Amino acid sequence: MAIEKEELHKLLSSAFVDSEVTIVDLAGDGDHYRVEIASSEFAGKTKLVQHRMVNDSLKECLGGQLHALSIKTIIK
Amino acid sequence: MSEIFEKIRKEIESNDVVLFMKGTAESPMCGFSSVVCQILDRLNVKYKDINILEGPELRQGIKDFTDWPTIPQLYFKGEFIGGCDIVKEMYESGELESLFKN
Repeated sequence: MAIEKEELHKLLSSAFVDSEVTIVDLAGDGDHYRVEIASSEFAGKTKLVQHRMVNDSLKECLGGQLHALSIKTIIK
Repeated sequence: MSEIFEKIRKEIESNDVVLFMKGTAESPMCGFSSVVCQILDRLNVKYKDINILEGPELRQGIKDFTDWPTIPQLYFKGEFIGGCDIVKEMYESGELESLFKN
């Protein structure tokens, strides 16, 4: 199972207002991605909470369609 | 409280640093787990490694316990610190080293 890069982009962009999302397909198999999300929604939150927000936004595909995800959050 | 939650709780209460990982500290079975092991080694931190591949109950149990979907998971003094990305960022910023020093 895999998820399209565009689909992932759509999920993340719609989850975080005012966000800039960069996605790298690490293995070229639609299964291992690195995502970078810059959003003002991360302001004042710990890294752990920021990552939890990203995990939650992808709850439906993480661990199933999506095997490995490396996350970087940036406060905008 | 399920049996597996009790087991996890005991581990993180009786060991200062616990890493739930795929494989063991000596032979990690996943790149992300391996990165965290290398960081802890570099900081000379002694930790208890727990191989979640040993049983499906533990593998799912730790995800539910922490409410975190991925492995590895690092605990310090009973508190969840983060997964591979967070640990890496904290290491690079020096935050992780000061956490262990205190």
